[in-house]
Amino acid sequence: MKKLDREKEERKKAWRNDAFAKVTGRAKYTDDLKMTGMLHAVPVYTDEQHARIVKIDVSRARNRAGVVAVITAADIPGEKKYGQIIRDYPILAGDRIRSYGDVVAIVVARTRDEALAAGRHIRVRTKELPPIIDPEKALQPDSPLIHEEMESNQINHHRIRRGDLEKGERESDLVIEESFETGRIEHSYLEPESSLCWQRPDGVMEVYGSMQHPFSTRRFVAATLGVTLSGVEVRSVPMGGGFGGKDDTAAIVSARAALAARITGKPVKITYDREWSFRESYKRHAYKMQYRMGLKKNGKISFVECRIVADGGAYCSVTPWVTWRSTVQCCGPYSVPHVKCDTYGVYTNSVFTGAMRGFGSPQVCFASEQLIEIAAARLGISEIEMRRRNMLQQNSETITGQKLDNHKVSLGEVLDAVLKEIDYEAKRKKCSFGDGRKKEWYGIGLAMSYRGMSLGAEGVDMNSAIINVQNDGSVLLETAIHENGQGAETVMIKLLAEELGIKRERIRYRQPSTSNIPDGGTTVASRGTLMGGSAVVIAAAKLKNKIIKTLATVNRCPAKVIEFKGETIRIKGKSISFDEAVRTMFANQEYPYSFGVFQGPPVSWDEQSGKGNAYFTWVYGCQAVELKVIPETGKIVLLNMVAAHDVGKAVDLHMLMGQYYGGMAMGTGYALFEEWQPVKDSPFPLNFQHYRLPRSLDIPEMKGIVIENRDPLSPSGAKGIGEPTNELMAPAIANALYAATGKRLRILPLKLDGKKKDEL
Amino acid sequence: MSYNYTTLNGKKIRLKKSDLQLSLLTWLREERDLTGVKNGCGIGVCGACTVLLDQKPVRSCILKAEKIIDKEVLTIEGLSGKEGKLHPLQQSFIDAGAIQCGFCTPGMVLTAHALLLQNPSPTREEIRKALAGNLCRCTGYQQIIDAVEMGSRYYRKKGERK
Repeated sequence: MKKLDREKEERKKAWRNDAFAKVTGRAKYTDDLKMTGMLHAVPVYTDEQHARIVKIDVSRARNRAGVVAVITAADIPGEKKYGQIIRDYPILAGDRIRSYGDVVAIVVARTRDEALAAGRHIRVRTKELPPIIDPEKALQPDSPLIHEEMESNQINHHRIRRGDLEKGERESDLVIEESFETGRIEHSYLEPESSLCWQRPDGVMEVYGSMQHPFSTRRFVAATLGVTLSGVEVRSVPMGGGFGGKDDTAAIVSARAALAARITGKPVKITYDREWSFRESYKRHAYKMQYRMGLKKNGKISFVECRIVADGGAYCSVTPWVTWRSTVQCCGPYSVPHVKCDTYGVYTNSVFTGAMRGFGSPQVCFASEQLIEIAAARLGISEIEMRRRNMLQQNSETITGQKLDNHKVSLGEVLDAVLKEIDYEAKRKKCSFGDGRKKEWYGIGLAMSYRGMSLGAEGVDMNSAIINVQNDGSVLLETAIHENGQGAETVMIKLLAEELGIKRERIRYRQPSTSNIPDGGTTVASRGTLMGGSAVVIAAAKLKNKIIKTLATVNRCPAKVIEFKGETIRIKGKSISFDEAVRTMFANQEYPYSFGVFQGPPVSWDEQSGKGNAYFTWVYGCQAVELKVIPETGKIVLLNMVAAHDVGKAVDLHMLMGQYYGGMAMGTGYALFEEWQPVKDSPFPLNFQHYRLPRSLDIPEMKGIVIENRDPLSPSGAKGIGEPTNELMAPAIANALYAATGKRLRILPLKLDGKKKDEL
Repeated sequence: MSYNYTTLNGKKIRLKKSDLQLSLLTWLREERDLTGVKNGCGIGVCGACTVLLDQKPVRSCILKAEKIIDKEVLTIEGLSGKEGKLHPLQQSFIDAGAIQCGFCTPGMVLTAHALLLQNPSPTREEIRKALAGNLCRCTGYQQIIDAVEMGSRYYRKKGERK
């Protein structure tokens, strides 16, 4: 397959299967759906952050107008607590409040207003407990336990023990010590959580909801109701963004709606207000990171020692997986002979934290990409040269002992592409470094990373695709990848059209149901195109073989003379249409149907030593930014941003750029604005007026460069891109701010107004 | 007895007394089944609920339905032609790849439509200013700006024809 001809692709108009529905307002998201007899449910919170529940009195609420049911933990027929890794999340809190996000009851009423009004009449008697906010204090052996059944507040501890740290110390000419902090941030998908459930006459609980992991929703719902997985069917509907945030929280909201539907016998919808979504949904982990880095005079890194503490909040969610990625990627894309890394996930009474675009990498990228520049400055080596001397090359070994020999290691390629595009070297000379004579400071900076694709050694990694060609030649396609808004369905359609040589108009993406396609895991980890797309390619190859086999038998010819060409199939001298081939299949009692499975290639991990082939392939990326600073006010103005990533193969340039730009913009918010923390009169931000997202005026023009080194382990050649674009903007901006101001900012969000502590 | 009327997507409609105190958002979604208008924040900050009132963008979540009496309301459903034919601005949103999750899209398209009615030749900076009240978490805005630029041609041509 030939490489992307960028100019040609750019001239082409974008196409996606759901664009017409979305641009006309016809797309039906969960809250746009209604059912006969449908009731509305709302959650009820307390004012406590940490407390024992003495009594929940729902009697007054039950008697309010329109109320059909008030449901508490006692009414849950199945598991009262659930979770993806540790089953510690109470679907409804019955005996203890562990965060402001805990829900003690749900009120079900004929209308939403009636449910809201009744909710105010629920009385919860509590015995307050001192909240534990600081993860370091929570880790102390004498700290009270947030989950009494656990041995400590430590959720997990990941290690890397590579080489011999003492030897690394002895060989170092310089040792630098640095600390970095990153904040808790909110996904801020524009569509708040929503779920609509009804008990079907056949006994199945059917769920429509806004989620990016229908299979985890199914598990949460089945566990809460105490039924089998086959007793719950989760249907996909259009969803207004996820960014990692619509996994557990979406599943929990669905579990509550399903519970209400089971108890009342009616369809029940729960649609979240932004306030509830802000309050309750999990966030990106706040990190504190301490690094020691040893260096030789020639710029070579001799060792890295780091201690990383992640605030997991009140519940585990996927903290062990998030912090595992941080551990594997803690040194950035560099060769380091001696490494000691300890990463801890910790329970506190803050809102729980979980998956968010980047998944543990934005935090360590923020640290490691500044660290390398701090080291370069101390050694008097340019920040680019410093990177070149240390970056991973073909056949290099990562810090977990993985030899990068099964795909192209393209760090040099992405770095060169960005340097050239933004004219880095020339512009770097113009940087102000806090020059007091200037009224405006200019800076340019960059950051680079390598990112393990898909889940890696986190867990089982596979996906499947079903191609079901109908009698008339139209094609139904589905995969176990979910359309979060990124365009996954369109990518699958395009890949199939390309593989079979048929027009995309033939193909309809069947909105999947968990009762039809096998569990393919979650649509996160930049794994949609890689895992689902690969399954499509495999299924297409199987289908092709099946058609060829039938045609060979019918035409009494060897299979090798049959050729797929455009919409026709050549058999010996003659050509038949795709439709005719399909008719021949049915006439010969063969279904033009195939099921393709892509099993992630083997990965490995040893928890004690931190050794293993963590991910089967990696994406390499580099991003740069130009900015100016007004010294008087500390105002930061972004001027230009450039990104280059080796995506393996570009399936659709427009959607690929959508991931680039969207990831860069979200990374900008992380760098400069976003911080989920107490505000005046509230222990948490209530809505967007308290939480600043990047707006159109905050984001400069961006340029995306596509590097395509087809990945040999990916049947389509494509890797992933959703997260690599998001993890680099914060360190790139921090580095550019250093070039502008001469100040190193080690805390996110980056602030120059002196309100946050920043060091010279 | 006097009645209150509004014009919704080109059609004159009588408002019930009980409609008047509803938010415009609730009225459109619940009473008129126009679900293209979205609720993203409920406090008029995110722009997902944007509709046009006499060709100007308003936040329907914080506006009472009584404010539309004797005015013209345009929702995303009213922008496309009768046979489902896309408005050229909608087509340019598709062509430019400006659509991802789609939740901000109706508000974005309508805000851009209002801008282009006023100014058919905006600079990219002017487009950014006009869209600053509409949040998008997916796209980073760039392809939306491209779409508005692309769509502006139609408004210029329309201006020439007048």
